[in-house]
Amino acid sequence: MTREAVGRIRFMDQQRVNLDGFAHEDPGLGLVALHSPADPAPSLRVAGGVVAELDGKTRDEFDTIDSYIAAHGIDLAVAGEAMALGDVAAARLFVDPGVPRAEVVRLVAGMTPAKLARVVALLRPAELMMAMTKLRARRTPSNQAHVTNLLDDPLLLAADAATAAAYGFRELETTVPVLADAPSNAVAVTIGAAVGAAGVLVQCAVEEAMELEMGMRGLVSYAETVSLYGTEGVFVDGDDTPWSKALLTSGYASRGIKMRVSSGAGAEVLMAGAEGCSMLYLESRCVSLARAIGAQGVQNGGIDGASVAAAVPRGVRELMAENVMVMARNLESCSGNDALMSESHVRRTSRTVPILLAGSDYICSGFGSIQRYDNMFGPSNWNAEDIDDWLAMQRDWGVDGGLRTVDPEVLRELRGRAVEAVRDVYRALGLGDFTDQQLSRAVDAAGSKDLVPTDPLAVLGAAQTIRAAGLTSLDIARALHETGHDEAAARVLDLTVARVHGDHLQTAAIFDEDMRVLSLVTDPNEYAGPGTGYEPSPARQAEIDGVRQARGVADLRVAQHSLAGDRLAPAGTAGFGTDPREVVIGVSPGVGRAVWQTLSGLLVADVLQELLDGLEEEGCLARIVRVNSTIDLGMVGLTAARLAGSGIGIGLQGKGTALIHRRDLPPLANLELYSMAPTLTADMYRRLGANAGRHAKGATPVPVRNPYTEEAIEARYHTSVIALTALERDCADPAAAPEDLTFAGEQR
Amino acid sequence: MTRAFSGKPAGRLTVTALAGDELGADDVRIHPETLEAQAAVAERHGNPQLAENFRRAAELTAFAEDEILALYEALRPRRSTAPELAALADGLAARDAPRCAALVREAAAAYERRGLLR
Repeated sequence: MTREAVGRIRFMDQQRVNLDGFAHEDPGLGLVALHSPADPAPSLRVAGGVVAELDGKTRDEFDTIDSYIAAHGIDLAVAGEAMALGDVAAARLFVDPGVPRAEVVRLVAGMTPAKLARVVALLRPAELMMAMTKLRARRTPSNQAHVTNLLDDPLLLAADAATAAAYGFRELETTVPVLADAPSNAVAVTIGAAVGAAGVLVQCAVEEAMELEMGMRGLVSYAETVSLYGTEGVFVDGDDTPWSKALLTSGYASRGIKMRVSSGAGAEVLMAGAEGCSMLYLESRCVSLARAIGAQGVQNGGIDGASVAAAVPRGVRELMAENVMVMARNLESCSGNDALMSESHVRRTSRTVPILLAGSDYICSGFGSIQRYDNMFGPSNWNAEDIDDWLAMQRDWGVDGGLRTVDPEVLRELRGRAVEAVRDVYRALGLGDFTDQQLSRAVDAAGSKDLVPTDPLAVLGAAQTIRAAGLTSLDIARALHETGHDEAAARVLDLTVARVHGDHLQTAAIFDEDMRVLSLVTDPNEYAGPGTGYEPSPARQAEIDGVRQARGVADLRVAQHSLAGDRLAPAGTAGFGTDPREVVIGVSPGVGRAVWQTLSGLLVADVLQELLDGLEEEGCLARIVRVNSTIDLGMVGLTAARLAGSGIGIGLQGKGTALIHRRDLPPLANLELYSMAPTLTADMYRRLGANAGRHAKGATPVPVRNPYTEEAIEARYHTSVIALTALERDCADPAAAPEDLTFAGEQR
Repeated sequence: MTRAFSGKPAGRLTVTALAGDELGADDVRIHPETLEAQAAVAERHGNPQLAENFRRAAELTAFAEDEILALYEALRPRRSTAPELAALADGLAARDAPRCAALVREAAAAYERRGLLR
């Protein structure tokens, strides 16, 4: 019989992290991150100019992946030098800022998959971050978003695409719950992206052949769902070979379409085809193959299998190591942080932060810019509810995570234009029509659950028409132009014409908003230690710093001023009271001048009314005095006490902090203190007033206690406290005497 | 000046031309010479495999979309017999696509050895 665990364990069991699956390492199943006994020892033998042995296998033992890598994936001119390097010596090259990126790239080109995996497995987390900072291809980091919804609703897709583009994502990836809807989704996202910003690339992830077809028509502007796997069995199960993928890669380039391949830990494990090898080794084979077939980039970092990697020891480290291998092979890295890898907010954040800090070509290969329930890839590690968190993290660390703040009014306007553009284009091309109500709901919708229900066959019909009529991006651009959406028309055309130039086919290319290509060629990462490498421009830094929630003293002054009232009025210099029943309420210099509302949201006048009511209950006389010379609450309270006939004073700051003081106490002492202003209620102030009355009568009341809160109360209010204190200080004059205030009590 | 597959200079690919219905599909397709130029750039930037991809792509610019899709389909596992792949390679070579032909021949040999022929 097992006993029930103690309460501490039962409590811990209930935490979100314990919804996650954690697996024992099991190399037989491929459930092992960095090393498996079945991983081959690195080896390379060249005979007659061809690879005769690769990672322990001779030519006749090669599977198709080995064959392709042996024939195309290894620079035999440097292989001898690279393979002779010790693993530790090679790993240090990745980290040492004194060794140029180009030198690492040169040597890694001569390394076999097993060799590169062994080297990267030596890098500790901080070293992986250094390696990523130094080795990523493009200097300027960037980010990619998922834009999908449950209904394939074109209006919402366009509004959300415009939103994602406005927030700074440079690639948008859509997909479909219903495959046949794909052309409609591609068109809607293309239009929305073009309304949101210039130069945003769009992709629609579907089956390989359909994705290529849409790409060739220009309905999407890049492709990513070209999967590679680390074992032959799984590769063939995926209905491809290295040669079919190589041909597909060239097919995209033949039409000037940007393309990267996808791989990542866990895929082979999930298909029971890992052949006992570690995730890192299998992924190293994928990355070698990606380079060998001539793809410019790789999406990895455990995409759909991220949670498989995360289930084993060092799995999250393995995910980042995958990205670093891509970078070291001189390819674009689209760095995972894609599928949600944990139920725990702490774990999913921990998984991403090192990559956010180091910077990658695309930090997320799918930040779910939409609601979790609308993400047809499945929820991402980062979703719509996390956008403000991401912006805050960028700002906290002063790093560029690819996102920027959008003014709420600008966003409303962009979403409005996006849905109008979709309606006009769908009308013009005979794809369907939408009502004003559908448009306005899509503009306002936080997700598809907020939409007017629509006919699901309408989307299907639009998609079939797009496909049957052979519509292209030129048709979309022309329809936009003819319906008055000139800017969006020009942007769609620009992306189409970019194919003629082909500059964005180079490694790690994005367009900036002036349609300049930023890539390995035009914007190379030349990090060589502190003071070098990417630094946000002043304009970009301002975007990172300028979150919409930031407030200054001026904002608070306006907010306080809007609550100004006339219930308090000065009535001359305050004198000493003589009535032993008199209690003086001392208020800080800003009260009645600049500060009208406390941190708890109560009006200062209402707080005063409560204090007065409490004093009245005890049969005391009350007088309100503004202490003009100091903002220190102890001194405000003590001054009040000294003026009071009873010798008891209440000190009240405009922000709501309050205490009871007595004239014979030192300034920093007090009888009772409410220090947690944001959590105080009207009733508490009334009780404080009553207790002050009891002190005045010589009784010993039970002290009122500060309410306890486990909220991050300081994080919430410190900025307001600083600003309120500044307002108070502006009103303070050390030479000014205390003055009586009359108080117009509220009609009750 | 870069020109499109159709020969039209890139500078003439404007919204005005679009509005005047002067732009066709071949006006926004990449020219093989441009891919060759991009191949040279990729080579200079440490990626000869990317360069090779661009050169295969340059060959494929002459092929229609459905031809490319058919080529891709033929190279998928167990879609083609050895003679079919040989004929495919010969056809590619005859249409001035020697790199793609070589790719198909290499695939045929590997598929034969690994049991991936139809």
